[in-house]
Amino acid sequence: MAQRTLRRKIERFLWRKPRAITEPLVVRWTAIAITFTFIGLFLVLPLAAIFTQALASGLTAYFRSLWDTDTLSAIRLTLITAAVAVPVNLVFGVAASWAIAKFEFLGKSVLTTLIDLPFAVSPVISGTIYVLFFGLHGYLGPWLKAHNIEIVFAVPGIVLATVFVTFPFVARELIPLMQAQGTEEEEAALTLGAGGWQTFARVTLPNIKWGLIYGVILCNARAMGEFGAVSVISGHIRGLTNTMPLHVEILYNEYNFVGAFAVASLLTVVAMITLVLKSFAEWKFKEESVQAAEEVEGLPQ
Amino acid sequence: MSIEALGISKHFGAFAALKDVSLRVETGELVALLGPSGSGKTTLLRIISGLEKADAGAGMVRLHGEDVTTKGVGYRRVGFVFQHYALFRHMTVFENIAFGLRVKRRSQRASRQQIREKVEQLLRLVQLEWLAGRYPAQLSGGQRQRIALARALAIEPQVLLLDEPFGALDAKTRQELRRWLRRLHAELHVTSVLVTHDQEEALEVADRVAIMNAGRMEQFGTPAEVFHHPANEFVMNFLGHVNVFHGRVEGGRAILGPMEIDYSGRPHATTVPARGLVRPYDLEIEHHPNGKPGFAATVCHINSAGPRVKIDLTAESGEAVHVELAHERFRALALEAGQQVFVVPREVNVFVDEGQG
Repeated sequence: MAQRTLRRKIERFLWRKPRAITEPLVVRWTAIAITFTFIGLFLVLPLAAIFTQALASGLTAYFRSLWDTDTLSAIRLTLITAAVAVPVNLVFGVAASWAIAKFEFLGKSVLTTLIDLPFAVSPVISGTIYVLFFGLHGYLGPWLKAHNIEIVFAVPGIVLATVFVTFPFVARELIPLMQAQGTEEEEAALTLGAGGWQTFARVTLPNIKWGLIYGVILCNARAMGEFGAVSVISGHIRGLTNTMPLHVEILYNEYNFVGAFAVASLLTVVAMITLVLKSFAEWKFKEESVQAAEEVEGLPQ
Repeated sequence: MSIEALGISKHFGAFAALKDVSLRVETGELVALLGPSGSGKTTLLRIISGLEKADAGAGMVRLHGEDVTTKGVGYRRVGFVFQHYALFRHMTVFENIAFGLRVKRRSQRASRQQIREKVEQLLRLVQLEWLAGRYPAQLSGGQRQRIALARALAIEPQVLLLDEPFGALDAKTRQELRRWLRRLHAELHVTSVLVTHDQEEALEVADRVAIMNAGRMEQFGTPAEVFHHPANEFVMNFLGHVNVFHGRVEGGRAILGPMEIDYSGRPHATTVPARGLVRPYDLEIEHHPNGKPGFAATVCHINSAGPRVKIDLTAESGEAVHVELAHERFRALALEAGQQVFVVPREVNVFVDEGQG
């Protein structure tokens, strides 16, 4: 059993495919060559360009443009936005997938569909909805104005739009995983005298750990990189309501290429870190899912 | 600790899983709930455990006389063993067994040392001491189920409930674990209910067997009672192979397919449909009629690999008949396929369609 698992792990690591695939060598190499050329042209070259442009006037210019007050405040706002949006969606995602995977209730299929809504609509529309809703001429606008609450063209609006755009990430990863794992372990914990919270903390959460981390990484990447929805609702007030992606655009439009690419390079670094973390979490996450599937089949004797 | 489940009904949507079922299990007894899938046996077990609730107002659960109908699963202190083990996959065997001890309230929780001793003692009980550090994925099915049992016993449950505990195992492991469970029960004497769809398992392990069908309890009795005196056709059919002969009863006689026998249970002259059920080993084969009621048949197929010889025959009237003989008797008869023989039933269970005639 242990040996079999090990072998399977190694095979998965080596990406060994069944021998039955017997395309001629030429076909295989052509396919590989096309893939690499495409990735080189459309991914690697632009990435390289970002760093070349950012460092075009030397390291000093690079760091000076990052040290700019407006840039720093854009970085701060992006971090704040992510710091609010990610935990909010973490809680929502766990709650929603817990509800969907482990309970039967009215409107469950509607909820499952609605979770995907932010993926289905263009982010610009999401932003516009918030403007329509909270804006000065929107439904809640006058009331908010009377109570001196600023949402549109302010930080709360940016955070709200980001939360909306990123909320499917965690839930989408967890729902299939939790469904595969079923409720037996939770029931076992209950029969052993564990309370609801203990069951969640000691049984449910450890079982979905990697799926959760995977979802959070994706959620965070999107929260930091979101442009469309935030662009509509932020009002582009320099130093106040500018996130990093918006700031890149502003700098670029002002022909400040070093500045624009310097900020862009930071986002790129975030993206690359995300990729590495994502691959690792994905690998662990797959193990979790495979185990869940095996347990359901009751395979090993 | 006795278990009483009284007048339990349970619906899942429009489907009635249990219809007014009552079950009483005496202290120290091991009772098997036996039935085909969908008969409601697992639902009944889950209602006893508190994992499921009976329909509102329909039924009461009492453990040792105490009404626990409205109490949660944690309060009832039942040990529950799941068909697919439900071991915590991210914990070692040791941690799995210790779980029930660790989640107790601080004031009731045993010390680290006490927990360690308790877990080791349970591992010895299930004879798997050397697996303490392993994860569930590294165990065989039989080992997992024994660990699951140790985990359930850790909380010193009032009652032990087992939901098809050996259902996912291969035949050989299943038989071993069955004997082992019987011995364990004799040792611990904890009141237990075992759900199974395997009649052999139920008859071998349990003190009493409750046979369930379509949300109802058909019969509740010792293995010998239910086997030798089945309450109805379903029970007899479910507890092993039978030959079914369709026919009728009238005027103290039963005419069942190719045979006619005395039937004192119904002396009335009116005719009612009935069926005669005969176990394959309750049919005798003779070369010639010996005066007892029986019927002529032709031998079709003989399978002598096994503890008894299985013989397929076709009655003159066309019915397929299955007979099981001891090897000695088979040799004495020197049967061959194609031979004409005479089949004599030793015991026929006649079931009359009630409410007719």
